[in-house]
Amino acid sequence: MTSEHDGPAPRPGDWAAEPVDPDTAIDPWPSRAGRTPARKHAAILTAIAAGGVIGACARYGASVLWPTAPAAFPWTTFWVNVTGCAAMGVLMVLITERFAVHPLMRPFLGTGVLGGYTTFSTSTLDTQRLLVGGHPGTGVLYAAGTLLASFGAVWATAALTRLAVLPHADAERGRS
Amino acid sequence: MVIVGAIIGAPLRYLTDRAVQARHDTVFPWGTFSVNLAACAGLGFLTGAATATTVPQALQHLIGPGLCATLSTYSTFSFESLRLAETGAKYFAAANAVVSVLAGLGTAYLATALATALLG
Repeated sequence: MTSEHDGPAPRPGDWAAEPVDPDTAIDPWPSRAGRTPARKHAAILTAIAAGGVIGACARYGASVLWPTAPAAFPWTTFWVNVTGCAAMGVLMVLITERFAVHPLMRPFLGTGVLGGYTTFSTSTLDTQRLLVGGHPGTGVLYAAGTLLASFGAVWATAALTRLAVLPHADAERGRS
Repeated sequence: MVIVGAIIGAPLRYLTDRAVQARHDTVFPWGTFSVNLAACAGLGFLTGAATATTVPQALQHLIGPGLCATLSTYSTFSFESLRLAETGAKYFAAANAVVSVLAGLGTAYLATALATALLG
């Protein structure tokens, strides 16, 4: 958060040095002439907006393709959130522990696409509709199910991605 | 209209998150917590307003799946909780999960009630 623009290059594998909040962390910018802080900030916001549009369109498209009846378990929003969290687990391990990526990659894919694709508010309002609409059982099941499945997804994909790619990172570091 | 809402919502989430995170030095992800609650308030108000009065379809798309749904995030929420758990703050991780869901529901209820009271 403090040195988000021109900090030292991250060492892939420096998981513990990463802040808890992945949205406000920006990878170091490659040194290049003409990159003022204002322009970097504008580029980051543009990348987030562009990614957000892609993510939101994918989510909205899913809700149009697979509409859910008001009293039914909202499977579409459920799967949107679970798949988005699964992708987040893969992405964050790859860009924080395996590869040093361009500073616009995390804002675009993480904050923009996946942040815009997944939704906490729609899930909450789905739950509220079920609770007040006479389906408290489905509502509680949906809220707890989304929470557990999303957390399970991000944990499982992060663990699997580490298993798959980190041995390579260690081997590369060992050689250098 | 969904696209317009997303163009506003995604950068707004980043800016709010950064602004909130810069104002405290705890490990708790208050930034994401704040945007998620704000989005629940917005979507709750829209739901109440749509029940109490006629809201144009375009405005509903702009605020609902566009702005509020994009402003809130489940991927960052779950990832930050995982980070908390992995860095040893397991109670913070569990608290973040449970408090976020309950506070989100409470905020949505209040916002829906407020919209119904104001516009009904």
